[in-house]
Amino acid sequence: MAASDPFDQSDPSACKLQVEPSEIDATDLDTKELNGRLRELLLSGAKKAVIRNVCGQRYIGTRLYTPQHLKMNIEIFGTPGNDLGAFLYGHEIRVHGNSQDGVGNTMDAGEIVVEGRAGDVLGFSMRGGEIYVRDGCGYRTALHMKEYEGKKPVLVVGGVSQDFLGEYMAGGVVILLDLDDAGHNASFIGTGMHGGVIYLRGGVEKDQVGGQVDISPLDEADRKVLENYVNGFFERFPDTGKSREEILRSEFVRLTPRSKRPYSGLYAY
Amino acid sequence: MKSFVFPEFQIIRDEEKCGQCRGCERQCAFGTHTYDPVADRLVSDDYKCAGCQRCVIFCPKKAIEIRPTPSFYRPHASWSREKLEDLKKQAETGGVILTGSGSDKPFRIYWDHIVLNASQVTNPSIDPLREPMELRTFLGAKPDLMDVTTQNGEIEIKTDIAPNLMVETPILFSAMSYGAISYNAFRSLATAACRSGTYFNTGEGGLPREMREEFGRCAIVQVASGRFGIDAEYLNCAQMVEIKVGQGAKPGIGGHLPGEKVSAMVAETRMIPVGTDAISPAPHHDIYSIEDLSMLITALKEATNYEKPISVKIAAVHNFAAIASGIVRAGADIIAIDGIRGGTGAAPKVIRDNVGIPTELAISSLDRRLRSEGIRNRCSIIAAGGIRCSSDVIKAIALGADAVYIGTAALIAMGCTLCQKCYTGKCNWGICTQDPRLSGRISVEIASQRLSNLISAWSHEIAEMLGGMGINALESLRGNRDHLRGVGLYEWEMDVLGIKGAGE
Repeated sequence: MAASDPFDQSDPSACKLQVEPSEIDATDLDTKELNGRLRELLLSGAKKAVIRNVCGQRYIGTRLYTPQHLKMNIEIFGTPGNDLGAFLYGHEIRVHGNSQDGVGNTMDAGEIVVEGRAGDVLGFSMRGGEIYVRDGCGYRTALHMKEYEGKKPVLVVGGVSQDFLGEYMAGGVVILLDLDDAGHNASFIGTGMHGGVIYLRGGVEKDQVGGQVDISPLDEADRKVLENYVNGFFERFPDTGKSREEILRSEFVRLTPRSKRPYSGLYAY
Repeated sequence: MKSFVFPEFQIIRDEEKCGQCRGCERQCAFGTHTYDPVADRLVSDDYKCAGCQRCVIFCPKKAIEIRPTPSFYRPHASWSREKLEDLKKQAETGGVILTGSGSDKPFRIYWDHIVLNASQVTNPSIDPLREPMELRTFLGAKPDLMDVTTQNGEIEIKTDIAPNLMVETPILFSAMSYGAISYNAFRSLATAACRSGTYFNTGEGGLPREMREEFGRCAIVQVASGRFGIDAEYLNCAQMVEIKVGQGAKPGIGGHLPGEKVSAMVAETRMIPVGTDAISPAPHHDIYSIEDLSMLITALKEATNYEKPISVKIAAVHNFAAIASGIVRAGADIIAIDGIRGGTGAAPKVIRDNVGIPTELAISSLDRRLRSEGIRNRCSIIAAGGIRCSSDVIKAIALGADAVYIGTAALIAMGCTLCQKCYTGKCNWGICTQDPRLSGRISVEIASQRLSNLISAWSHEIAEMLGGMGINALESLRGNRDHLRGVGLYEWEMDVLGIKGAGE
């Protein structure tokens, strides 16, 4: 990790303060204790934490807001519980394993990388930052993601999702790479979508998507966006068995909302 | 298509008094009044009038009068004028009928059928002008037992006390979002709350960044299904976080802030693009069960380092008391219940006027349910929906509430006349609009003074009523139904309210 550690300090005196990354053994810690320890580390000036033997502890990364906006890099070994990185405020989390439901719930900024599968409601109401999931994800992925000006959430998933992907989506970029060529079987994709874009590798049938969604081919600008984030994905997961070029050469479809005001005609005067 | 609906109001202009100053033309955002330069007179279009009385009050010559139109459809007990007109509008547009404010339907107002007690001879009444009256209230979970030790005369509390919200008077401003209401109206509520020792609720539209430092100390921030404007700083700058599950005016449905109201600054606060509909889905899509709710409550406690109480606001509906019990067990420190007369910036009329139950009944059944389960101390109750005056507040507390939220009452203090056109975004009083020409009509200084005056007046009246009952602390009245009697109520209603009939 050292080479890619974004918090690697070039100032040698700063490096001296932080010789080894701080480690936490989560074996006997409950959720509240673990997150308390993590918060103590952050407040003591640690820039990096490694948590081992994680087994179901929830909300990891959530209690790390400080008025000074301290940032931390967290590595998790094991399986974190629900709401990993909920309300995440600019920290970076890498999970060496699977994660459960609610990863990145209402996340504000930062990065979550899952070397495995994510559960349901992944990236729910996410408003910024990036999430990369190596394998697939569950139901209700990227619901109500939203963006404002430069703040644009990004979710890249190596596999496919289950039903209700991108419902009420109001902004951001979602990319499903389907590296295993399993095909997208999800239904009710993008119901109520009124912003943002979803790119699906392969194709999708019209009856799988909501009535408010247009399916179209990618243009030049889309390809650029896609290339950027696919590169990001392969940087984080170099060993997927697929090559970056092969994926980028594949067919993709683009899902966009027909209107940013899907319900404007619903009411009488 | 020619509309078959005739105007609701009749505008009468006294031509002798009218000075053609065109003030009425400027006052009305609905375009009711226009100047005819050829005839040098003002003409009014009854069809456009919302009945908000802005032009009447601001006409320097007092030349305008607005009345309900005397025109009528042939009277019919079943087909009221409103039913007829709503149907015509729907036949003309095929749309859902929208409305604003709380329900105007004649559901029984229980406040007006409950009378308060007073001391006579025994347990003498207390004069609040001479003696201290405790209106201060702490909102949040209280421990089951308090473990106290004394050392050298010093008292030490050994029990961990959950964070509580200290409010100087049991009246808080209800959730009204920036976006639904104007910036000046929003800021007036914040200013008045800070000045009066109470709190304002941001609603689900976020809290503008520049207001956080100044007004965070009297802010309750809301997390609703649309999750607008939420980041860790927003959650941490406030004193309480409220999860909005439901609203009395529209239980079970979500909300759409129409794109017209999403101005540049509303967009920045909500963190969505300018001009898009801000859609709040009906449920929180990460909450499908009490366990899921528990997870969001805990996530918010984590995000705020367990320093702030977490409230859950629900609409009062048929089985809500059982749900509320689950909400307390899920870890909520406060439950806010909003009854059928609760206000709104926009709701389908059919929902507003038909879904939910009256607040008075809801307070009582919730309080009794939590007491019977032995968990009443684990949460506070804030009652909302249809609180109009200080006696409503004190009756709510005697029925079991800890405090009340006022929304409509606060808007009326700022100038609202309940014309119910909030959803149009053309509020002539500058409250429910994002048009800078209209919102500029609210002076934060004056409007916040009106609000503070209201809080102060009601607090004095509450102290008077308390003193009259021989009680010197609000705490002693909470759930104390012995101080209430019903007049003109059926037995089942008194059973639900848990009160006796007058004279009993």
